[in-house]
Amino acid sequence: MMKAAALLLAGSMALAACASDEKSGGTASESSASGGGKDLKIGLAYDTGGRGDRSFNDSAYAGVEAAIKEHGGKLSELSPNADASNRADLLTQLADQGYNPIIAVGFAYGQDVVTVAKQYPDVDFAIVDSSAEGQGADNLTGLLFAENEGSFLAGVAAALKTETNHIGFVGGVDTELIHKFEAGYVAGATAVKPDITVDRQYISPEGDFSGFNDPAKGKIVAQGMFDAGADIVYHAAGGSGLGVFQAAAAAGKRAIGVDSDQYQTVDDPALQAVIMTSMLKRVDNAVQAYIDSFVDGSVKGGSDVINDLSTDGVGLATSGGFIDDIKSDIDEYKQKIVDGEITVPTEPTK
Amino acid sequence: MNALRRLGPALFAPVLAVVVAVVISSVVMAALHVNPLRVFEVMFDFGDTPSQQVTALVVIVNRAIPLFLAGLAVAVAFRMGLFNIGVEGQYRLATIMAAAAGAAVSLPAPLHVVLIVVVAMLVGALWAGIVAVLKVTRGVSEVISSIMLNFVALGLASYFLTGPFRGTAAGTQIVSTKEVPESGWVPSLNGILGALGLANPPRQLYGFLVIALVAGVGVAILLNRTRFGFDLRASGLSASAAVASGVDARGMVVKTMLLSGGIAGLIGLPDLLGSTHAYTTNFTAGLGFLGIAVSLLGRNRPGGIALAALLFAFLDRSLVPLQIADFPASVVTIFQGTIVLAVVIANEVARRVTRRAAERGTAEATEAGPTPGPGLTPPPGGSTDARQEVQA
Repeated sequence: MMKAAALLLAGSMALAACASDEKSGGTASESSASGGGKDLKIGLAYDTGGRGDRSFNDSAYAGVEAAIKEHGGKLSELSPNADASNRADLLTQLADQGYNPIIAVGFAYGQDVVTVAKQYPDVDFAIVDSSAEGQGADNLTGLLFAENEGSFLAGVAAALKTETNHIGFVGGVDTELIHKFEAGYVAGATAVKPDITVDRQYISPEGDFSGFNDPAKGKIVAQGMFDAGADIVYHAAGGSGLGVFQAAAAAGKRAIGVDSDQYQTVDDPALQAVIMTSMLKRVDNAVQAYIDSFVDGSVKGGSDVINDLSTDGVGLATSGGFIDDIKSDIDEYKQKIVDGEITVPTEPTK
Repeated sequence: MNALRRLGPALFAPVLAVVVAVVISSVVMAALHVNPLRVFEVMFDFGDTPSQQVTALVVIVNRAIPLFLAGLAVAVAFRMGLFNIGVEGQYRLATIMAAAAGAAVSLPAPLHVVLIVVVAMLVGALWAGIVAVLKVTRGVSEVISSIMLNFVALGLASYFLTGPFRGTAAGTQIVSTKEVPESGWVPSLNGILGALGLANPPRQLYGFLVIALVAGVGVAILLNRTRFGFDLRASGLSASAAVASGVDARGMVVKTMLLSGGIAGLIGLPDLLGSTHAYTTNFTAGLGFLGIAVSLLGRNRPGGIALAALLFAFLDRSLVPLQIADFPASVVTIFQGTIVLAVVIANEVARRVTRRAAERGTAEATEAGPTPGPGLTPPPGGSTDARQEVQA
């Protein structure tokens, strides 16, 4: 066995040696081409799920795509391995290959991106959903969203549309981030109807991320709310949201999607019919705006860009036309938030 | 001629497996309109500068260390015919307990590390011990109980992280335990890289490598050179025969599971003591399950497991350059899958070929006949190595 091992190792070493010999020519020419600072080389590191999640990651991709259409350049997109243990490697490799700027999608990169940004002070980094302030890396920009403001409008829409004066909220994981959705939603609903009942439930506790990807449990939780009398349920539960839609379809009730326009991304027409609206988190706009500012040299590192209602960083989707009749009311609330007349809380009242 | 004859069967299985895996995945890649030659080229490209190349090696070794420990933990139980599928829960629970214990005390450097390691091994062993006790007292299959205890362990780890052991203030998105003070860290081996004349990479080579190697050598000696190891392997080959020759079957189950769980407790420590210094909500998960594949690939022997772990780590690292070169990352997944399948099949083929050769050998003369005794091997291992060991 040991001899076998030694031979195998020797063989693979030899292979490695000749492979890297052949390669060196190709890479050299490639890297010299990138030397001329005009070509934009954008690195995009996805959250678990990668491209094709029809939500968060795809939205980031759309933003980069739009930016490339405008400024030219090329994109390299990377997904982490199955257990996402190589997040730091993704960022390091992109930086080593001369990609600049590098955009990390999702708060899971929060710690790794700070470490890597400090190692590559000449490269600009951005992180979606995590704060760059006070992290000590002045080449890192945080792209944050006022999810509470978008969710406020979702709450307004639900309160205006409910016939039973009873609505629901399903959170994926009981974390700070999802609390913002809940707080805004409840505040919006009670602003319209102070006596409304809002059921709130989380699928998994903090520290257990399964709640973002468990449609079966999402379905059970939403079913419970519909059985209890709710007729509209808003979910902030990632992949588990599919279960919420299924429960709504089965109960003949309605649901509100999250992050992307889920009316457009869900395939099944039966489920499409129950998606009244979606709370949009315009990751694409935020990413595009960041690349714009990178191109014109106005990136301010070490700080956060907050995308809220005033910048259309969050909002409601109108696909399907279910909320067209209450559009003026929603716009009114939106204006009040933008003007500062209404301050939307970020922590839910218990 | 004689040397070739001896080496032939031992080499046959792994080489056959790798060749078959390369051929099958090349065919799949070609069907997907991906040039397999380019793919292999990218996989073996470690970068242009010495610093990048050493970084690549460090990344591979750092990833291989926890995989090796996971494979070792699974293999110890496997050799006795026990399927410890609970390695996942054992190491997650052990890691958070070790992180909490390490953060709670302040000791001089070597003692602090020893304490953390001991806590991790104890927790892992105790958690695996539940499985063993259920098996020997109530006859519960270890497969069922160890899988189900995984869920309990993950739930407990989640509870401890967000409850009593929470170290981060409210408002942070990634929750972690309190940081282990520096005296509890295992220093990196980058100094040794420098002494070897290699470039000093930005990544730190985990010092836990030394502890993992000690564990590997220890397990090898324990299995092959001690009475305990002999009893363990004998029970794995034939429980009834082992009992008949005086082995305490129940005691062996408990001891083996404790050992397997103790090693499982080490899996999270390279990352914990080498880079993260705290258990967080996104601490690497799933290593326990990968360990099963690594152990199978390494034919349940420490040396083989080390190679298998390196191979998996190598494939894992190539995910990034492949994506940068615009190849689908699924290429690596296909490759990993075919390798595991090919190894299982190749082991079986090699076993039959050797047996036939041995039978022919016995018929002709008696000098090369299959000798029972020290050549005890478990199921996927086959008798190839047994014969090698006997003859060597």
